[in-house]
Amino acid sequence: MSIKFIAYAAAAVVGTIAFAGMASAREIKIVGSSTVFPYTQAVAEEFAQKGGTAPTVESTGTGGGMKIFCQGIGEAHPDITGASRAMKPSERELCEKNGVKGITEILLGFDGLSLANARKGNKIDVTKEQLYRALAAKVPVDGKLVANPFKKWSDIDKALPDIAIVVYGPPPTSGTRDAFVELVFHHVCKKGKLPFWKAKAEEMKGEKKAFKKMYKADCTAMRTDGPFIEAGENDNLIVQRLAADPNAVGIFGYSFLFENQDQLRPLSIAGVEPSMEAIASGKYAISRPLYIYIKNAHRKVIKGMNDFIKEYVSDEAMGADGYLSERGLVVLDDAKLMATQKSALNGDAMPTN
Amino acid sequence: MSDAIAQAPGARTRENYWRTNAAKRRVRRRYAADRRLQYYGLGSIGLAIVLLGILFSSLIFSGYVAFFTTKIGLTIYLDPNVIDKANPGAANYRKMARNAFFTYFPEVTSPMERRQLGKSLSSGAPYVVRNYVIAHPEEIGDLVDIKVPLSDPFDQLSKGVIPREIDALSGDRVALFNVLKRRGVLHVENDKAYVKADVYINPGDVPEGDVEAADYQRMVDEAFRTFYMRAHSRAYEEILSQDVASAVKARVLADPALVGKTIQVNLPLSKHYDNLARTGEAKVLNPRFSSEKDLQWFDSLKKRGLLTTHFTWELFFNADSRFPELAGLSGALTGSFLALLVCFLLSFPIGIATAVYLEEFAPKTRWTDFIEVNINNLAAVPSVVFGLLGLAVFLNVFGLPRSVPLVGGMVLALMTLPTIIVATRAALKAVPPSIREGGYGVGASKHQVMLHHVLPLALPGILTGTIIGLAQALGETAPLLLIGMNAFIPSIENMGLLQPAMALPTQIFSWADSPERGFVSRTSAAILILLSFLIIMNAIAVYLRQRVERKW
Repeated sequence: MSIKFIAYAAAAVVGTIAFAGMASAREIKIVGSSTVFPYTQAVAEEFAQKGGTAPTVESTGTGGGMKIFCQGIGEAHPDITGASRAMKPSERELCEKNGVKGITEILLGFDGLSLANARKGNKIDVTKEQLYRALAAKVPVDGKLVANPFKKWSDIDKALPDIAIVVYGPPPTSGTRDAFVELVFHHVCKKGKLPFWKAKAEEMKGEKKAFKKMYKADCTAMRTDGPFIEAGENDNLIVQRLAADPNAVGIFGYSFLFENQDQLRPLSIAGVEPSMEAIASGKYAISRPLYIYIKNAHRKVIKGMNDFIKEYVSDEAMGADGYLSERGLVVLDDAKLMATQKSALNGDAMPTN
Repeated sequence: MSDAIAQAPGARTRENYWRTNAAKRRVRRRYAADRRLQYYGLGSIGLAIVLLGILFSSLIFSGYVAFFTTKIGLTIYLDPNVIDKANPGAANYRKMARNAFFTYFPEVTSPMERRQLGKSLSSGAPYVVRNYVIAHPEEIGDLVDIKVPLSDPFDQLSKGVIPREIDALSGDRVALFNVLKRRGVLHVENDKAYVKADVYINPGDVPEGDVEAADYQRMVDEAFRTFYMRAHSRAYEEILSQDVASAVKARVLADPALVGKTIQVNLPLSKHYDNLARTGEAKVLNPRFSSEKDLQWFDSLKKRGLLTTHFTWELFFNADSRFPELAGLSGALTGSFLALLVCFLLSFPIGIATAVYLEEFAPKTRWTDFIEVNINNLAAVPSVVFGLLGLAVFLNVFGLPRSVPLVGGMVLALMTLPTIIVATRAALKAVPPSIREGGYGVGASKHQVMLHHVLPLALPGILTGTIIGLAQALGETAPLLLIGMNAFIPSIENMGLLQPAMALPTQIFSWADSPERGFVSRTSAAILILLSFLIIMNAIAVYLRQRVERKW
């Protein structure tokens, strides 16, 4: 076999294909949050089945998605990014700096964060304050912030089970973790739900910024002394761990709880167990909004992008009985859905700051 | 030492020396050390086999169910008025599939119930029907039988992966219940369970002697609390039935003189504890199913023999899908194939050229030594580093598109190159100098000797190394994730070197992170398929080494 021939052939094949591919118009590209990923995936599949060109959907995490999304306008950059929180001002600035103006924000619905333990374990009913005291790195004891001393749930409240605190949760890079910190820790500190934080809030009433800085510094870290265990981004791993250890509690997205209800029992938060209805109505306190962000400048250039957005916000997808709710999305009520559909189809850009 | 022995007094001749006890002990010890070494080796092989066995059996155990899918046959009339022959893809197949399914349950008519019933059928069923019609356009107008999968929870139920019922009570609640059991206060009467408790009819709870308005619930709680003096939470109150107060009330109404006395009352238990007391277990419907009806419908289908189990060809021939019952690996297999093709086309010629130059032509200088050491080092660099390099160079500097097999193949080629170079050099070294000398002897030039004589003889060895390198590349995940080759691709129609794609390992990664239960077994099945590809590739390498390679 002639080596020369192989080498020439390789160079020729790679070269031609590379050139041919570059010239073709590309399909819709979507990046962003792993929580939004399953929903975008569902719409993409449906869109492809209806005859559209299948978009490329890639799960990069909310922050990673924003970074890629805001790199600029043009074929090399994605058209849509999913986010499990609203776009941050710093990300807006990055976008604008790179010439990405005219972004439409679409509220898709809500996602409940759930805490659960194994069915054969204890039934646990906690409040946000108790969760904060169980999991924060620093908690107030006797009017002072100290390193978290609680080892057992019953140390926090006698009514809680007499077992060690063992909680598996996502790493800091995860949107789920951000949401948990914001919805539980920040809620407790900012709103002054504990006497210590109430006193602080009153003390620093005039200085909003300083107070914000303070609770961001002292009320964000998860404890690292053992009871909270980072279990990686893979929620299925957490589910398997819980099945093996009846005393452990896990933090993950609602869809994982929904699928594994035969093995897992949700912790009720202030007496409310997570369910589609409880999350939609806001009764279940740890839920967060999900968004997608669309680059308006790409709408006319990328083939099929408008149709894809139309499919995304259609009643068939986002409606009360749509296929996204089948996948676990907690959908919007009718009024909000109408508003979302209108702004998505018109391409209303977010106001520039 | 030997001097000391020689000087030892008379009795110890050389012969006797080996027969002393000390010498025998030394010999025994040496044999024992030999045996120990053997046992250590055997032990480690055994451990490796056991671990491998555990890996495989757990994969097979959780993965085998993915190779079977529960399907239901639907009889569908392909109405030519609904399906446009020119454009068969556009009809409303969802309606067709669902209506065909509903004919099995003529009694279910309300929209609410139909919606619930419709959830038993895979949401991907319309796609199956549509694809069938596109493949058989001549059958439009006919009545056709099409097998479509059930939705994931019912498929899993049918395969026994998820239970119909689960324990209603958590461990701590059962423990509370067992307190009563140990006290011996539980008893069953007329198929109903009761707790025997002494209730003090506290006059303080009977406002102005009005037995009608008395707070019996409080009295019962007081009495029941005596069983749980040390409990901190009031969870035990769940054990008693809601209308427990009425049992006491009835007694006191019948005999108002009981006020101020302690009476023994049979307190009824709430539903789950009642079941637990009577039958020893308390079960509820698996909450994954919305109601008992779901299971009744399923059982009815099963009894009528409408459900059949099929081998999951979809796993090999379908593209990825969000429905586990329809998700397949064809997209990932194509993506992996394309990436490996690029990897082979790049790394094979470059690797051989490098190895030939280094082995045959390069002068032995400090520079070539330096390059050699670095090639060996590169072979040990973690693959994620190559991924980062690919991200920084191929995507950001060269501006190649994300997620495409071309870039994936280029990154994998970087990884495979050192393996191929090292293997090729070894193979070249193994060709005896006599071949080269013979070549030179008949007047061949250096490149003629190389291309006509040495390389062909070394080729089996080179191919072995290449295949092992490619097998490694096939299983590589991290670099592909970094350059985005984990895109969700629901159709394989327009796959190409510059179209976004998925590879086998990244497909496994993505399935492992999906919430649906069906993906748990799908993941294991995909791993088994990946492993079988690796085994096949390695077997080819072994074959080449054994059969084709020339021994000198």
